[in-house]
Amino acid sequence: MEAKTKTINHKLKRLLVLIKKNWVIALLALPFLLAFTAFFIYPLFYGAYISLFKWNLFDSQASVFVGFENYRKVLFGVGEITLWSTYFWNALKNTLIFVVFSVFFLITIPLFIAILLDLEPRFYKVFRVIFFLPTILSVSAVAIIFKWQFDTNNGFINAFIELFGFDRISWLNSQPGAWVAILVTTIWWTIGTNTVIFSAGLKEVDKQMYEAAELEGCNYPQVLWHFSLPSIRPQMFLALINTTIASFGIYGQAEILTSGGPDRSTTVMMMVIRGLLTGANAQPGLATAMAILFGLIIMAVGSVQALYNKRKGAN
Amino acid sequence: MAIRASKKRRKIVSFWILLFLSFIWIFPLLWAVGTSLKSTQEITNNVLAIIPKRITFDNYVNLFANYQTYPIFAWLRNSFLVASIHSLLYVLIISMAAYTFGVARWKGRNVVFGIIIATMMIPGVINTIPVFSMVIEFGWLNVDITSFLALIIPGLGGVFGLFIVRQFFLGIPYEIIESAKIEGLGHAGIFFRIVLPLGKSALMVAGLFAFMATWNDYLWPSIIASVIQNPQYYTLQTGLATMQSNTNYEYGQTMAAAIVSIIPVLIVYLFVQDKIIEGVSHTGFK
Repeated sequence: MEAKTKTINHKLKRLLVLIKKNWVIALLALPFLLAFTAFFIYPLFYGAYISLFKWNLFDSQASVFVGFENYRKVLFGVGEITLWSTYFWNALKNTLIFVVFSVFFLITIPLFIAILLDLEPRFYKVFRVIFFLPTILSVSAVAIIFKWQFDTNNGFINAFIELFGFDRISWLNSQPGAWVAILVTTIWWTIGTNTVIFSAGLKEVDKQMYEAAELEGCNYPQVLWHFSLPSIRPQMFLALINTTIASFGIYGQAEILTSGGPDRSTTVMMMVIRGLLTGANAQPGLATAMAILFGLIIMAVGSVQALYNKRKGAN
Repeated sequence: MAIRASKKRRKIVSFWILLFLSFIWIFPLLWAVGTSLKSTQEITNNVLAIIPKRITFDNYVNLFANYQTYPIFAWLRNSFLVASIHSLLYVLIISMAAYTFGVARWKGRNVVFGIIIATMMIPGVINTIPVFSMVIEFGWLNVDITSFLALIIPGLGGVFGLFIVRQFFLGIPYEIIESAKIEGLGHAGIFFRIVLPLGKSALMVAGLFAFMATWNDYLWPSIIASVIQNPQYYTLQTGLATMQSNTNYEYGQTMAAAIVSIIPVLIVYLFVQDKIIEGVSHTGFK
């Protein structure tokens, strides 16, 4: 009996010592863990909860439980009401169109620029600063500048092509002009990040290997293809995943440049979700269901990319 | 010999291509500045020119004179307040947490941190509406001024900055920490006297990213603004967007406002661009 209390006492003492030694460590992480739990983990569950209601943002007591009705409305439409599912699938299609093109250009153009920068020509540091500069600007300022560049009557681009005898194009109100405008804006705005990531990767490649390969009779493109590209695979993968996720989230450029037009052809998912959130016809519960489905799609695409990368890495 | 010659030629070719491309990249900004300095007439009939025939500051004067409809100084102040308070708090919080996960040795720290990092795969869109619902329930949007809390607080739970700073802290040699312990320093002492001074540059990068992300954020502040509906409490980005969505908006004034919004960020960038670019190339994120 006495021995038992002794061991318990002993264990308690050890626990006390442990707490005494480590409470500072726990305390230091506490503010972050609180914020992380409150504004990241908890909302995941809260969002799932909201999506099961005809939710009222300003009076949550007035919310009505509807089960999976919101998800049905978004995915298939319910009875006569097919409006939301039409919006959802249309927006998903538009977003995917954007993602495919923007990811393609946001990988290839930065790769091209990074390869040039890696040769370290004169002023390459200045060039790098210039290419990275637009990424620090806000989407509203960028979109205002490009809305004007693409303006039918007062825009630089139409004035420029008129010099060569072409007719003015109504860029923002016709297709494919609207997508071109949104893509050009996005490319101008965001190539900097991937350019810097690729540059960092290329810098690590052993340059002596290049020379050896060239002595063996490889030409420069072959050297790039066989040595440089394979050695920056980790950076390529990182850039691919980052760019894909960021592209899915497109909102500001499309909102300001085209407002989703013409004929809802550039209405992307974030615009639909945002539009359902506030205003006279707000449907926050439905919007949350849409956001969750959209989030799952993004995660699925990201996982496929990760799996593919892993498999290729194993070969 | 042949290789060295071709290397030189490649450098020259790459220089000219980069020069051409960087001209294209800088051009929209130059044109925007030029256009903001044009008169209303020149805006429509001297479209191609970067430098106006007659430079006028009318657009800026009108913009600032119009401060009751478009309170641009209030927007600048709000953006500055929100972004600096947020980034200061965030750096404070993550530097402490990065000590726990990157410097202190305890069983399971990698597992716990791995779980936190894994959540970075979850897209933010899933959380936007529930967090919006939460800040409404907290009553933060009942009064205009407390709507800033909704712009400052929720982002403090972001994992990205913690990831950068912890990564840096991991690189601090453990011998330094050990010898500090032997000299009798506790965790608090090690944190303040050794880790913080050594980690200054990482904290600065994380702080800069947090500042710029908040300064440039558009979707979230526009959602908040749609509730408070008082232009005096908009951030710069929301203000700009409302300005250009106005059907009879002034071209020149809007462009001037966009330029005004760019200038502070541009100045900061030119001073610390090497730090920012270095930060991106180390972490692979922005």
